[in-house]
Amino acid sequence: MMVKPYAELRDAIDKKDRGLREKVVSLKDAIALVKDGDTIASGGCHYSRTPMAAVWEIIRQKKKDLTYCRSITSTEGDLLLVAGAVKHVVTSWFSAGVTWGVSAVMRHYTEKKLAVYEEWSHMAMGLRFRAGGLGIPFIPTRAMLGSDLVSRLPGLKEMDCPYTGERLSLLPALNPDVAILHTQRCDPYGNVQSDGLPFMDQDIAMAADKVIVTTERIISNDQVRRRPDQTKIPFFCVDAVVEVPYGCLPHECYGEYQPDFVNMDSYVKLMKSRGLDGVREYLDKYVYAPPSWNDYLALNGFKNILEATIQGRGIYND
Amino acid sequence: MTKPNYNTAEMVCVMSARFLEDGKIVFGGAGMPLISCILAQKMHAPRLTILFEGGVIGPHIEVGRMPPSTNEQRAARRANMLLSITDILLLQQRGYVDYGFLGGAQIDMHGNLNSSFIGDPDNPKVRLPGTGGANDIASLASKILVSMHHEKKRFVEHVDFVTAPGYLRGGDTRKKAGLTAGGPYKVITHLGIFGFDERSKRMRVETLHPGVSVEEVKERTGFELLFPAKIDYTKAPTDEELRVLRQLDPDQIYTRPKEE
Repeated sequence: MMVKPYAELRDAIDKKDRGLREKVVSLKDAIALVKDGDTIASGGCHYSRTPMAAVWEIIRQKKKDLTYCRSITSTEGDLLLVAGAVKHVVTSWFSAGVTWGVSAVMRHYTEKKLAVYEEWSHMAMGLRFRAGGLGIPFIPTRAMLGSDLVSRLPGLKEMDCPYTGERLSLLPALNPDVAILHTQRCDPYGNVQSDGLPFMDQDIAMAADKVIVTTERIISNDQVRRRPDQTKIPFFCVDAVVEVPYGCLPHECYGEYQPDFVNMDSYVKLMKSRGLDGVREYLDKYVYAPPSWNDYLALNGFKNILEATIQGRGIYND
Repeated sequence: MTKPNYNTAEMVCVMSARFLEDGKIVFGGAGMPLISCILAQKMHAPRLTILFEGGVIGPHIEVGRMPPSTNEQRAARRANMLLSITDILLLQQRGYVDYGFLGGAQIDMHGNLNSSFIGDPDNPKVRLPGTGGANDIASLASKILVSMHHEKKRFVEHVDFVTAPGYLRGGDTRKKAGLTAGGPYKVITHLGIFGFDERSKRMRVETLHPGVSVEEVKERTGFELLFPAKIDYTKAPTDEELRVLRQLDPDQIYTRPKEE
């Protein structure tokens, strides 16, 4: 349970070029910012606004020994484990989704001790990112007390409040090396505008040393300035901007598309019927084989993507 | 006794709904808890506000458009506000949230819940998905409603792992751990409604459902329950409650009876 030294955190920000500058790069170049052994955090939650294209590219670049932090982890966690990119997952819940049952991959890797699943409560994940973003080493809370979650996190400290004497849990700050986030709109400088459920993205961006943003579309800085209240993450936090339409698929992106249920169902079926071999087959077909993200999208089929889009946009219909 | 005109899942939904008071705020999980919340809104609690862990305040749930999970846009339809996950869960720490709905793979005599491991956590038989927000809700919401299928393997003397704290080891151990607010309020199963003894914090029978015997409850519970001197029986679901419930879930996606 390492809390990064404050001097290191300041140094990482100090080294960033924080000027207003264009930072649009290819997906490949953006993910080159992720180094083997890094702690990465991804935005969204469960199968919503998952930065799937970034995860996809991390796997294709054969990154190793990553620690993966997320509020709730879905199928992208399976893929990262089976591909060998991640050995340690820090999360509050890990499986494809309520309707798809328990992940056979999560079970295999944790029960056989091939990977660590470090379990924190959902709010604790959020507060840890928040403490990271606030530049403080820990944040007190009245949850994460008394349970066995606490006893399995041996470094976790408690204290009696110096003002009231009440027992408090002291959640350590979580400052990822790299954050990967997906959004609906972003300008070339990295001003991130988002719609819908905010999840933990803002805190993650503030906590991370480096931030990679994939976006459904790149809008002009003029557009951002017309509605600056819609900007959720300021440009100087962001290190790379990549335009990736349908960058969450098969997961959803609020107001743009709901999950591609055909892909999700076929993935879960492969995983359940053939275990890790099924997941490897999925990786071969959907991650390693397509030459580009757009080729991956083509594999999912126009009809399925259209259906997901109609459902996703439908939230604005009435 | 004639066969009742409701199934066990419907019974649990209706009984859960009855505990939700008007004007209060509830964390509604996906599935049966959400149905109970909407049923309460339609029956007696029109000003009950539903929250979802994904960051949703007061969504408007339409019949036939029940969101299957709480972290996605289907759960956010026509809400009053969308908040970050951290902030929505923090509403509980401030004291705004009256009820939380929880379930789990196991519950014990002090209302502790397990959704993390079956067997020895160091060498588990099954690694379950984990807490999600359950630990936070169990720690901070004012009153916890637990709905679970009543089976011996689920109602155990000690859970294999305390994911979501109930009264810990009973007595004042919950308070002493720093959990000064909240705690398990009612456990609602297909056999009865259970509460907790004020001092020992052990699970006790409040009412048994019509047609359920003391022997059956004992048989299906893996620890010693406390019984009142005289057994009271739950008031069966009314025709109106069942009519509204069946409108909400016409295809019985969420209220299909569990195997007995």
